[in-house]
Amino acid sequence: MVVRALRDEGVKHIYGYPGGALLHVYDALFQQDDVKHVLVRHEQAATHMADAYARATGKAGVALVTSGPGATNAVTGIATAFTDSIPMVVITGQVMSHLIGEDAFQETDMLGISRPVVKHNFSVQRAEDIPTIIKKAFYIAESGRPGPVVVDIPKDMTSPTDRYPYEYPKSVKLRSYNPISRGHSGQIRKAVDMMLQARRPVIYSGGGVILGGASDELTALAKMLNFPVTNTLMGLGGYPGTDRQFVGMLGMHGSYEANMAMHHADLILAIGARFDDRVTNAVDKFCPTARIVHIDIDPASISKTVRADVPIVGPSKVVLEEMIEQIKDSKKQPDAAALETWWKQIEEWRSRHGGRYETADSELMKPQQVIEMLSKVTGGDAYVCSDVGQHQMFAAQYYKFNKPNRWINSGGLGTMGFGLPAAMGVKMNFPDADVACVTGEGSIQMNIQELSTCKQYDLPVKILCLNNQSLGMVRQWQDMNYESRHSQSYMKSLPDFIKLAEAYGHVGMKVDKYADLEGAMREAFSLKDRLVFMDIAVDPFEHVYPMQVPRGAMRDMWLSKTERT
Amino acid sequence: MRHIISVLLENEPGALSRVVGLFSQRNYNIESLTVAPTEDSTLSRLTVTTTGDDRVVEQITKQLNKLIDVVKVVDLSEGEHIERELMMIKLKANGQMRAEIKRTCDIFRGQIIDVTPNTYTVQLVGASDKLDAFIASLGNMASIMEVVRSGVSGIARGEKVLSL
Repeated sequence: MVVRALRDEGVKHIYGYPGGALLHVYDALFQQDDVKHVLVRHEQAATHMADAYARATGKAGVALVTSGPGATNAVTGIATAFTDSIPMVVITGQVMSHLIGEDAFQETDMLGISRPVVKHNFSVQRAEDIPTIIKKAFYIAESGRPGPVVVDIPKDMTSPTDRYPYEYPKSVKLRSYNPISRGHSGQIRKAVDMMLQARRPVIYSGGGVILGGASDELTALAKMLNFPVTNTLMGLGGYPGTDRQFVGMLGMHGSYEANMAMHHADLILAIGARFDDRVTNAVDKFCPTARIVHIDIDPASISKTVRADVPIVGPSKVVLEEMIEQIKDSKKQPDAAALETWWKQIEEWRSRHGGRYETADSELMKPQQVIEMLSKVTGGDAYVCSDVGQHQMFAAQYYKFNKPNRWINSGGLGTMGFGLPAAMGVKMNFPDADVACVTGEGSIQMNIQELSTCKQYDLPVKILCLNNQSLGMVRQWQDMNYESRHSQSYMKSLPDFIKLAEAYGHVGMKVDKYADLEGAMREAFSLKDRLVFMDIAVDPFEHVYPMQVPRGAMRDMWLSKTERT
Repeated sequence: MRHIISVLLENEPGALSRVVGLFSQRNYNIESLTVAPTEDSTLSRLTVTTTGDDRVVEQITKQLNKLIDVVKVVDLSEGEHIERELMMIKLKANGQMRAEIKRTCDIFRGQIIDVTPNTYTVQLVGASDKLDAFIASLGNMASIMEVVRSGVSGIARGEKVLSL
């Protein structure tokens, strides 16, 4: 029933790892061809693969893990998806119903463990409920503010000897769950009035634009009004990265011009963003002169950290469509003269520190150069799946994303080890696309066993390992706040990644000179059917800048090791 | 400020743990919590008293509403409402104080529901501060052996109802 329900839901791939509690399900998987199972090497990777599939397509990914350690290994991946509001259905095996609570072999209370990091979870109490529960799981995961849903199934519920009538429901309704389908027109009118009067507006958009499929509407609105656009880490690709009106990412490692514009704005239009602490810096100093319009599908995100003057609850796409209509109908124009002055100011900021970094002072390659080269070689069109750390910030800053759903990273939870399985999940579903995993020698080792899965399923992703022989982001904080006491942030005894990649049956490439980078990268991407592990030696002393000064305002930033605003 | 939040909840296994978990996970405080099924056995009614400023309480109600098992949420303290709590208190009652305790109990409209030669068990119903006042009024008169309080239940005044 589980496999049939997944098939009827239209699931093509599931990612998982078998175990005792799931043997009946795995036996059913064996006897059909509609749902393809991908065997990972660690359950965490299964959840990240399902998660990345969802990030790239907007549809819920599915992971299947056994009870006990299988389930607990999946928790990091579930939490990763939860923090970034990614739709996912995770089916966990459970010990037989009569053994629950008896500390049986491989028993954990998965409902309890997963509760704080899921949108919802289900425990199957009657086998005949399985189709409805699975339908509900997909419905909840994908609608409203998306999120992961766990379905915990005791082994006896999947027993092949028990037969039940099967019907997969076309749709389900829950009396206690009714996601909102449109914004309040009166509130939208208020927002439009404010926008048309604004003299120093900024559009601040986040992952909600990507998840809500609203990038076209966002682009149309911004173009119509000539407003500058900044994206959060999760929102990159929501607005074309090479467009003049794009001022870069904002926040802790945001661009100088984005953070300056936010600080001096008189109107902030926040769309599908949640005023995260990595964006706002000190909340009491946040954007002192701005009035705030906040569009979000989740009412709890509005006025959670920063009070909104005009809250609009609704799906970003529908709200933006109505906003555009209302502006057209009003026959009014934004204040062109004020905007011209505003743009002049923004261009001045942009020319002062437009993503510059020093390249002259050493022979070593700069990590930024690697990302810029990746952007050049792939034409800004690749799926870039990142791990967590300095390389992630460099990728966010220097890769020019022109399309949504191409930037796949663990933004909220910051899960090291996410990058490689994420790249695999994307590649599996987009075999013809360029898929890069931007990682570091620290992160890659957290799920490096998946090189084996890549071999088994022929997943020729390109791994760019920015090797600085240290946990760069930790080291940067230690440099800045702990007088360079590099406590446990170095990586001694690194493996020979080239040999390691080869041992798994892949291609390894070592790059330690900038002069060789372009050639090597082009070669790597031309090997369409091979996974290439590029071990790229980069400057171990490099820091990510700009970096906001802790407890400061948006505009308080370190711009280099010596320069501060 | 103290708030009384009433929640209509699906009467399903694990639903209560989601509510309680939410409070601890988000660092909200619970002063008291009561829960029982309603006349419709698929629904439970839960009352939680909490303290926090307006922003925190707004978040609490929004976050509660996000739980899939939560059908409806209302902050009773926003309007006219009635709150009641039940207390059972076991007191050492002997000698000349025995009569005095009985009198105090009558003043508070408490009932003595169990008696031994040396103890009284008193039942008292009212708003939480009345229960507090009763305990305070016992002063040195009686030594308290045991206190059981149900936690607050609340309902809106007038014709307002919290239902499907």
